[in-house]
Parts: sequence; structure tokens; C-alpha cells
Amino acid sequence: MSIYQDAIIAGFGGQGVMLIGNLLAYAGMDAGLNVTYIPVYGPEMRGGTANCTVVVSDDVIGSPIIRSPVSLIIMNGPSLDKFQPQLQDGGVMILNSSLIDPAKADKDRVKVYAVPVNEIADGLGNARMANMVAIGAYVQATGVLPVKQVQDSLGSVISAHYSHMIPKNAAAIQAGADYVIANGQYK
Amino acid sequence: MSTPKRIFVKGNEAISRGALAAGMRCFFGYPITPQNDIPEFLSQALPEAGGEFVQAESEVAAANMLMGAAACGIRAMTSSSSPGMSLKQEAISYMAGSEIPGVIVNVSRGGPGLGDIGPSQGDYFQSVKGGGHGDYKLLVLAPGTVQEAYDLTIKAFDLAFKYRNPVLVLADAIIGQMKEPVVPWVPENRDPAEGQDWGLQGAVNRPPRLIKSLFLDDGALAGQNLKLQAKYQAMQAEVDQELFLTEDAELIVVAFGSIGRIAKSTVRKLRAQGKKVGLVRPITLFPFPSDVLLGLAKQGKRFLTIEHNMGQMVEDVRLAIRTVADSAFHAQLPGNLPTPDDFEEPILKALEG
Repeated sequence: MSIYQDAIIAGFGGQGVMLIGNLLAYAGMDAGLNVTYIPVYGPEMRGGTANCTVVVSDDVIGSPIIRSPVSLIIMNGPSLDKFQPQLQDGGVMILNSSLIDPAKADKDRVKVYAVPVNEIADGLGNARMANMVAIGAYVQATGVLPVKQVQDSLGSVISAHYSHMIPKNAAAIQAGADYVIANGQYK
Repeated sequence: MSTPKRIFVKGNEAISRGALAAGMRCFFGYPITPQNDIPEFLSQALPEAGGEFVQAESEVAAANMLMGAAACGIRAMTSSSSPGMSLKQEAISYMAGSEIPGVIVNVSRGGPGLGDIGPSQGDYFQSVKGGGHGDYKLLVLAPGTVQEAYDLTIKAFDLAFKYRNPVLVLADAIIGQMKEPVVPWVPENRDPAEGQDWGLQGAVNRPPRLIKSLFLDDGALAGQNLKLQAKYQAMQAEVDQELFLTEDAELIVVAFGSIGRIAKSTVRKLRAQGKKVGLVRPITLFPFPSDVLLGLAKQGKRFLTIEHNMGQMVEDVRLAIRTVADSAFHAQLPGNLPTPDDFEEPILKALEG
């Protein structure tokens, strides 16, 4: 059975969406798969919305740019408005319910996982790890890669200077995965 | 056999690393989006490798510095993006005229004018038809993956010295900005005497040499042009392209660079629906794979050229197959980001004829 997964990861600049996009891609590469990552790199990076697209596949990847993705990680309200209509029917969406009312999600059309990533990260002692909670939830919900694979690839995206932060980030990834296991799909 | 170690890098970084692997000694840059990662990376990595990095005062200066360095017979490069490339054209024409093997990278963006900072293939004509003055050709290599960005940059240096001709690597904002795994490699057995027999390195114990593009003597310029044309003819041996599912295809999509790989996704999807579609992705834009296209045309196949511009390479496709077929054209508008979905309808329409 062939593996193919694409994702658009979107939020405010500063929420770390590019970092977890890179992390997902590294984890795919470290798992021996083909991956592509493409960021938006325009003026929107300076304070507005930021997004990136990641494709993971065991086949040669054609396009790195996807109009209708099979999955989304949505970290803020404007990103929901922009990308939810593009998500394929039956696609998977991780929705940051700390900042977005999950009632806005089209739960009859797509599979929604509403995860309060800011609160979970706060509970772990660092609100800035909300992105890690989100990627943990994403990997658990989609099953694209083992959660451990993503944790193991943290060293590729966190610079040596901050390597002491890796265990905390790994815990945040686990917390996101655990939340999805415990709460399941948003109905 | 163990899997070779892969690194995960942007196309711009792959180009930079490829140039280092090729033994580049000098780089002359000037900032412009979306190629900025190249000078940024090389400003640190090239001096560490023992080379010289210069941020020039302008694109014009950088191109002329390239001419000077490469005239010494050493491996040197400059990079820019579309508006900056327009400024470099005078020096490129001089390099072609005086047979100086500089490597030039264009990570192209939207135009004309300042355009935008997004991807576009609007520089095809400038790249392959001569953006500067006079009868000259560049070898033009168009990567479609980040690995190819690495590989073709190495090849660019080899070809530049093989033919003593400037070589252009034509990428775009998609290839430059996207990340993909790359297997790095370093070419072996480089000729240690490369450039020694003609380069300007000080006339010690030998007669002086002159490298120039000015030929005023009676018949001299005619002779130089004949020499150049013979060289461009010999370059036909370097033609390269990717063929994807062309054998039983009724319709051939022709697309280069990033659009080639995006169209490949569309072709694959339509194949899964039983549509007989194939893809030709030219990797060398000069020399152009005219013979391959003509061969496919003679088999009765139809053609659709897709470009991220208003129609440039399609002229070369039509020229190649003109005796037996024609090519339809689909323009992906510069300023709009291309996705495989955009090509589905045009391909189906062309397939129906």
C-alpha cells in the first residue's frame, strides 16, 4: 500500500508553523520517505499569516504545491477561513481550539480534531510549544508517521544551542498525541 | 548497500552546495528575492572553503567581476533573480563573445519590470535567445528537483570549461525556496590543468595572452562568429530531458523546471483514470530536445505546452515539430501559484483534440 500525505500548516507568524512543517518533513525523510516542504516567504512572514505545505510519500513527489490538501493544521482563525474550503472531503484537520471556536469547523464534511494546543502547552510550562502539541496531535490523527519518529527528528530542527529543550518538546508532541487518543474526533 | 546520507535543503542552498562541490573559488552576489539564500549561504561557506565571496555594489558589477575571475581560468559564479538578470546581460554577452566560462544562476520571479517575488518562467526567452546583444548562446540548464539543482550546478561548471562558454542555471522561486532531500556528492578526477592553457594568470615564462570580444580586423569578427556557431552546434551533444510515460501516450505535455514536476502530478492522476497522457520535461533548454519532440510527433502524438508565462518555450516546441504537428498552449499566469489541479482541464481538453 502506497503512502501519500500532504498537509498545509497555517497560523500567525511566530506560532512556529514553519518549524513543525520542517519537523514533519525531516521525520518523513528520516523514515526513508520522499518529502517536500515549501514555505510562503513573502511579506506575510512579517507579522501576518504564515503557512507551509509538506508532502510525504513513498513515491516520487510531483508537485510540492497543493491546492486541495488531504490534511490541515490550523493554528488561528484567519487560516481556518482561508484553508478549510480547500480541504478535500473527508480530509483531516487539526484545529487550535484555544483560539478558534470549533463550531466553525465543517465537521460534517471533514474530520476535525479540536485540540486546545495553547492550554496544553501552558500546562507543560511553556506556551510557545503549542506548535509541538499540534504536530503531535496531527501525527496521531493521521497516522502518517509514528509519533516517536517525529520526536526522534527534533534534533534536526532545534539548533544545538537549544538541544536541552528537546525533551520538553518531545513531551509536548506526546501530549498532543495523547489528547487525540483520549478525546477523538470533534463531533 | 546502505542508503546514502540525505540532507534536507532548499533549492537555493543545493545550488550553493553544488557550486562548492564543483570547486567554485569565487562568488559575486547582490541581494534580490527569491535568490537571497545563495549569497547568504555562500558568504559564510565559501570563505570557509578557502574561496572568495564578494557582495558587489550592483548586479552590473557582480557580472563584470564574474567575467574577470573566470577570465583567469578559475571556477566562478554569480546569481540573481529576474530584474537583476536584466542588468547582467551586457557582461553575459561579453563573456560569450570572449569565450569566458562563467556560471550564472537565475532564480526567476514574476515580471515584466519588478513583477512580484513569486515564481514565474518569464525569463525563458532571455535565457535561451540571448538576453544581451549579438549572436550568442548560453548552455541553459533547468532543474526540476532540489537534487537536480545540486547536480546541474556541478554540471554547469564542467560544461562551462568544456566549451569555454557561460552556462546559465535557470531555476525559479519554487525550486529555489522548496526543500527536498539531497544526496550530496563531490565530482572526482577534475583536470588540475583546467583553464591553464588559456586563462590570464600572469605571463611568466610564456607569451602574453589576450581575451577579448572586440574584432575590428577585416574578417576577424566573421571568423569569431563562425567559431562560436560551430561551438553551439557541438553543444547539441549535451541535450537532456526527462520522459515520463510517453511511449503509449496520445498527448505529450511539454513543461520545464517546476512546472514540469507539477504537471507530472497531473499526468499521474489522469493516467490513473486511464487517460493516455505523457510528459517531456526538457532539462537542457539550450540545447533544446527538438529531435526527441520531433520523434514523438512522427508517431502521431499530439502536444500541449504548459509554462508559467504567457507563451515562450512553446515557440521552440512548435519549431521542433512544425513539419508534422503543432502544440497547444496553456499559460499559468505569472502571479498565480501553480498547482496540479490547474492543469487538469487544459490537458483533458488537449487530449480530446
